[in-house]
Amino acid sequence: MGLDRRSFFQMLGLTGLTLALGKDAKAAPSEEEAVSFKAVLYDSTRCVGCQSCEFACAETNGLPEPTDVPETGVVRQLDETRRTVINSYETSKGEVFVKQQCMHCNQPACAAACLTKAMFKNQEGPVTWRGNKCMGCRYCMVSCPFDIPKFEYHSANPKIVKCTMCVDRLAEGELPACVENCPAEALTFGTREELIKEARRRIHDDTDTYYDYIYGEHEAGGTSFLYLSPVSFNELGFNTKIQKSSYPELSKGFLYSVPSIFVLWPAMLLGLQQATKDNELKTENDD
Amino acid sequence: MINTDTMIYRDNDGKNIWQFLKQELKPKGKWLTPFNLISLPIMLLGLVLIVIRFWKGIGSITNLTQDVPWGLWIGFDVVTGVAFAGGAYVITFMVYILNMKKYHSIVRVTVLNGFLAYVFYAGALLLDLGRPWNVVNPIIGNSFGTSSVLFLVAWHFLLYMIAQLIEFSPAIAEWIGHKRAHKILSAMTIGAVIFGITLSTLHQSGLGALFLMAKDKIHPLWYNEFIPIMFFVSSIFAGLSMVIFEGSISNKVFSDQISEKNQKAHHSIVISLCKICAMAMFAYFFLQVLIFVHEQHWSYLTTSWGLWFLTEMFVFVLLPMLLFVYSYKTNSFFMAKVAAVITMLGIIINRLNVTVIGFKWDAAVPYYPSWMEIAVTLAVIFTEIWIFRWIINRMPVLRESPQWAKK
Repeated sequence: MGLDRRSFFQMLGLTGLTLALGKDAKAAPSEEEAVSFKAVLYDSTRCVGCQSCEFACAETNGLPEPTDVPETGVVRQLDETRRTVINSYETSKGEVFVKQQCMHCNQPACAAACLTKAMFKNQEGPVTWRGNKCMGCRYCMVSCPFDIPKFEYHSANPKIVKCTMCVDRLAEGELPACVENCPAEALTFGTREELIKEARRRIHDDTDTYYDYIYGEHEAGGTSFLYLSPVSFNELGFNTKIQKSSYPELSKGFLYSVPSIFVLWPAMLLGLQQATKDNELKTENDD
Repeated sequence: MINTDTMIYRDNDGKNIWQFLKQELKPKGKWLTPFNLISLPIMLLGLVLIVIRFWKGIGSITNLTQDVPWGLWIGFDVVTGVAFAGGAYVITFMVYILNMKKYHSIVRVTVLNGFLAYVFYAGALLLDLGRPWNVVNPIIGNSFGTSSVLFLVAWHFLLYMIAQLIEFSPAIAEWIGHKRAHKILSAMTIGAVIFGITLSTLHQSGLGALFLMAKDKIHPLWYNEFIPIMFFVSSIFAGLSMVIFEGSISNKVFSDQISEKNQKAHHSIVISLCKICAMAMFAYFFLQVLIFVHEQHWSYLTTSWGLWFLTEMFVFVLLPMLLFVYSYKTNSFFMAKVAAVITMLGIIINRLNVTVIGFKWDAAVPYYPSWMEIAVTLAVIFTEIWIFRWIINRMPVLRESPQWAKK
């Protein structure tokens, strides 16, 4: 089988196509937009564990009301009917409550993982799910370092369920339901920059109460939910070993290698093929 | 089996093509074989389970949890199945790029195997999709998640299936006896092969790269930044072991189709493949040692996970590697088969360790596949074998091409 003009052009076409597709493989979203992200500061020294946020969340999102209460030693999990939960921890400074929900990362692993852009980082900061795009592959769940997205396993039309930072309410100028309904002012809404400053101020003004760390400032490259705590975050069941750079960074190297392979491989393979074919012709002539 | 040469290899230039196809669709040979008696009930059961799955949701037949969203269907069917299909790109590389004529007699059956593996195991992916009606979104429309490794893998599956179909298509043209189509399709082979090898390099490694973001979830002994390279290197010997394994079965089951010359050549092909496997496995084992030293996970070795890791490395990589060396030193066909089977088990273990067993290894509720997930997996495999058998019995895959096609 020889390489005639036609197959040569076919090959050229194929190489062009591969180049075009190779370029598609861009890396993670850029960091520049991180400045104006909206965020929520959760101050666990103020939280009284009243579950008002859970009730408000359930009401806003049409989910069943919580029936259990935070209890030390029991970790209540997020699931497809609960987008936020309050848990209680016995620590060196007594009982501490911790709220859990989506962290709304600056560079979300779930959005980088999503092959249909169903998981989406809004310009204002919230990470939301768009059902008309999602194909239900659950790669977002595999990738999320905080294990936040949940899946409706028992539905023929399943959804990915997670906190949306009440993106619809934000659009109408309202606060997220949990922030608005917190009677203890444990939740504060604002821009990420403001809230980091506010968190620093609180730590600075009252070093006895606060543990000197803002969880979420750097975790996973920075998140829009920021946490203050009276004790080390280890004591509150947080993953403190989580990397400080963003998660999409981890697959960036691989994705960057794709265009190079797409250029180098076909050229090299074609060269090899031509080289070995020439050998064959010579021996045929010798015969 | 009757000699079907005269029936199939006529040049029917489209006249009685429908009649011909209708006749070909009918089953050939005996029906009540042990294989049929075992596989048919499982395939029917699988069909019932699939109906239930689409009716009541994925949770109705799988044990997947919120912590472990990918189970047997992804870890075995897709990730392991694709590794086993790696033989196609290795053999086409040897035959069409390096012009190694010796392996020409196995190239078609290997490509067919690879193609069917992609169709069925990537097809099994549809069962695992919660919202399969949106499956076209990454391909058509404006929802391209180009930062996703899965986007790359999805495109590559699709394009590679097309490339493999083109590589295999001359056999289809020979079957229906279309000379013109045969000429055109044959001319496209080299292009498809080059394209296919490039795609394979990227998506074999891409399947590993899928798990790069699951850094905190996979057991440290199996998570490292080199997963993509390791998946690629291991796909070489995974694919070739599959070629050896499948070849030794096909040579018995379809012996009536294979010419005496090719049957004899098969032995020497297998022995040569053993050398490639041994080399690739040596490189793989060496890389594993380097990675292990680099990551400094010595403390894990004394745990049960460490024991499991060492078992994988020594019993399922080093041992079959030595067996491959032994089989080509002693020219032992039997040992080659043993080595191939152990290697394949090792690949299954390795892929499951990364994707399922070592994934969320510290989860409160560990995941075990339900019997229904296993039944569906078996049904998928059996269906693939049925289609494989159907094609082998009709198209010139194992047997020689008709005279007109050889020019």
